[in-house]
This record gives sequence, structure tokens and C-alpha cells, in this order.
Amino acid sequence: MKDKVLMKGTDALAEAAIQAGCRCYFGYPITPQNELPEYMARRMAEVGGVFLQGESEIASINMVLGAAASGVRAMTSSSSPGISLKQEGISFLAAMELPALIVNIMRGGPGLGKIAPNQGDYYQATRGGGHGDYRTPVFAPASIQELYDITMYAFDVADIYRTPVMILGDGMMGQIVEPTICRKRQKIDLPPKDYILDGARKRPSRIIRSLILDTLEMEEHNWKLKRKYDLMRGKLPQHEEFMMADAKLIIVAYGTAARIAKGAVKRARREGLAVGLLRPITLWPFPTQAIQEIAKKVKHFLVFEMSTGQMIDDVLLALGGKAECEFYGRPGGVVPTPMEITRIVGRYWVQKEILG
Amino acid sequence: MLIKTVMSGIGGQGILFSGLCMAWAAMYEGHFVTYLPSYGAEMRGGVTSCTIAISDEEIASPIPSAPDYLVLMDNLSLARLQSQCASGGEVFINTSIVSDRPIRGDIELVEIPVTDLAESSIGVRYANMIMLGAFIGRTHLVKASTIIGNMDKILGKEKARFKDKNIEAINIGLEYTSKET
Repeated sequence: MKDKVLMKGTDALAEAAIQAGCRCYFGYPITPQNELPEYMARRMAEVGGVFLQGESEIASINMVLGAAASGVRAMTSSSSPGISLKQEGISFLAAMELPALIVNIMRGGPGLGKIAPNQGDYYQATRGGGHGDYRTPVFAPASIQELYDITMYAFDVADIYRTPVMILGDGMMGQIVEPTICRKRQKIDLPPKDYILDGARKRPSRIIRSLILDTLEMEEHNWKLKRKYDLMRGKLPQHEEFMMADAKLIIVAYGTAARIAKGAVKRARREGLAVGLLRPITLWPFPTQAIQEIAKKVKHFLVFEMSTGQMIDDVLLALGGKAECEFYGRPGGVVPTPMEITRIVGRYWVQKEILG
Repeated sequence: MLIKTVMSGIGGQGILFSGLCMAWAAMYEGHFVTYLPSYGAEMRGGVTSCTIAISDEEIASPIPSAPDYLVLMDNLSLARLQSQCASGGEVFINTSIVSDRPIRGDIELVEIPVTDLAESSIGVRYANMIMLGAFIGRTHLVKASTIIGNMDKILGKEKARFKDKNIEAINIGLEYTSKET
């Protein structure tokens, strides 16, 4: 108990990054994630790293690219409209196979939207986001401890697969304060950084580029990336199962929505409804196999998102018509209560006559 | 069992810190706890509140749906929050500043003139901690000794010099509760 501390989401994420060896932070202010750069500004000075507020989001992501190319663990963070501006840089990171962490503390949208919690950037995060044929691993933590642990892990994933990695939180994940254990980094075997630009003394020069004009060479680069993404599809998917053993209806939700859904599951259980929760922790690669396994037994799914419905596409793809799937969403920055979701579950239960 | 408390006031009154103290204590006493601050863009004078959820199991939602306790430091907070309070809940009011009273009949009112108490003792800036002392003295949601014993950690190095006065203020609140309510 004594090693626990109360930490705000943004602070926990920043501290985990420092512990993971991140020594370069570049960003541009935007609510609701400003506490993250604030924390970084203080801590980077203490650990001898670099904190720099770029002149824009575009400048910041390209500074990340430069730092990653020189072999430093680097990150940036922003919120929805700012992340849109960073997409070109993320595409370049993917093309150049450079590791980096990008944090999106989502707010309401489209456009400037509003600063309340929202999950409207799921498509952007999981479909690559920028131009070109690429993917980025996306993690969606649902507690501050998990946010801390996943941030550390995300840097390892970035190094192992040489890829930009995204953490997708929302305004609630950024602001909430919870007990957290600030674990030290577990050293794991990482591939040597034999691609970095650190001066070509006593070795041939290296080139990191994304312009490949030879068609066949470009095709091979695309297939190479594809093989890497397939490898990640096999190894990275993570999800949490809650009260699923005897469940007749499964709620699928991630991040803050999953916390609320978990409360709803507990309430529904008290009413005698056999409801469970599946919470994807990785949004890409999506836990498709897990859902397919469950769909062999369970025939009713309810997707709940704080948007008008984006992750539901991945659930429907996974189900392939083998189970019924409904959607409930609250966009615009509304954070519904567990009671509200319990009501939706009850309605679904009666309409589908699940018991009968 | 899940108990939610909303503390609300004007930015600068220190209500976020009072709530944070309670959250730290709940954590040290082995409970699940979430603390969700909410504040305006102003450095001083904005609408400021925090929600502390304490439970013996994982907390689903940190937002205040129907709080069991309200701690209100100004009129606006009362107007904004009284309708949200759970039926049968308790409302703590800083009567030095709050001139209105709840219009609901199904909630219990606890009146404490914390700003006056602070001004006549250790200074108006500690009204928030007197309120905290009075609040936990009556509700026993956490132990005052847990907060006092961990004040160093809660304050951190930068604010360590405020330790003694904060503790004194909590004790004034505790004493007031034991006598008056």
C-alpha cells in the first residue's frame, strides 16, 4: 500500500515514459492534455532529457521523427485536432520504420469540437490515420495503473517492431486521479538499433527515407510492412474479460466507456441478467480471435462507445454474422452513467427475449 | 459499497486540495478511490469542484451521478449541485459565505461557518481544511489521523512549510464537529 501514489492520468503517462527511458518530448499545447507537457517540462529537466514546445503540431511530430532517427526514445502528445495535424509525420514514421509514441487524449469533434471526453478518433487511430498503406498499434487503457504500465510497454513495442505506436485515451483518462504504483522499467531484450543516424565513422553511411521511386522496390517495401503488421496481428492483441463465463449478452467497450460498462455489468448482474464485458485493450490489432471464440457460445453483443459508432465495425467484422450485435453510443462529450447503460442492457434483454 | 462526495467552491478556496487529501487517505486506508477535478480556465474565481469516489471494489465511473455527500463553499455551488444529491444525502454548507439554503426536504443539512472559524483562528486561507476536518469528523469516511500522518507526502516538498497550519486547521474542524453537530 505504501508504494502507491495518487496520480493524475497525464502525469502517470509522462512519468511512465520517463521511466521507460524516453528522453525527448516535443509537443504543442491543447486541452485536455496540457498537464502532460507541463509534467514533462519539469521532469525532462531533472533527468537531463529534452522538452521542447514546438511552433506547431507539425513541427513537433517531425522533431519526434528526427529524435527517433538518431536513436532516442521520443514521444509527442496532443488531443484530437492536434493529432490530425500530426498525421503526415506519423505516416512518415511508419514509412521510415522509426519507433515513437504518440498520445491522443481524445476530445469531442469533428473540427475543434469541445474539450470533454469523447471516443470519436477510433477510425483515425486504427486505420493508420495518415496517407499510405500502414497501420499503427493502438492501446486503449482504462485505468491509471494500466495507463502507466502500457506506456512503458508501448515504447518496447515501438522498438521491437520499429513502428510508431499510439495510446488512445480520452479527456477522462487524462484528468482522473487514481492510486498507481510507479513500477521501475523491466529490461527486456530489444533488437539493436542498427539503423540510427549517429555519425558514419568507421561504418558505411545509412539513409533513412520514405521516397522510393522504383515501383518494385516500393512494392517490396509495402509487403515488408505488411509482414510486420501480420506479425503484430498475431502477437499484440490484448483484451480483458469480465463475468463472461455464463454470460448470454456481451458488452464490448474500451477505455472510459469500458469502465462505465463494467459498472453496468455489475448492476445488471444484481438484477439477475447474465451480462459480461469484453474490453479490447489493443484497438489495433483488434482482439478479433477472442470475439470469434466467444461468438461460438454467445449470440448477443452490445457495443457501447462514446461516439456514434466506430469500433462496432471491427466487432461486426469479427462476428461475421454469427451473432446479433446492437450499438449504443453517446457522442459529443457526454459521459453516461452505469445506470443508463444498465437500462439499455435491460431493454435489449427484453426486446431480444434472451431468456426465452 | 460506493460513496461519492462532491466538494465545490470558487477557484482559490482550496476545495481541490481538501478533496485530494481525502482521496490520499482513502487510498492509504486500503480502499479503491478515484478523484476527478473540474475547474474553469481562471486561476482564481472560477467554478471549481472535485468528485471523490470511495469504494471496496473497482470504481466504474468517476463522475458524480448522485453524490451521497456535498461540501459547498459558495452560493453558486449550492445552486448548481443541490439537485444532484442523492435522496437522504448530507449537504455541508459554509454558512459564512453561503446565504441560500437547499430547497429539498429529503437531504440533511450540516451548517458550519468555516470562513469565520478560519478568520478568527489561523487565517482565511485555511477554511478549506477546517471544512475537511469538520466533514470527516462527522462522516468518518476516512480517519483524520491518516491525513495528518501522511501530510508530508500529500503536500510534497514544495509545500512542506504549510504542513503544521493544515493540520491545525483539520483539528479545528474536528473540534467544531464534536461540539456543535
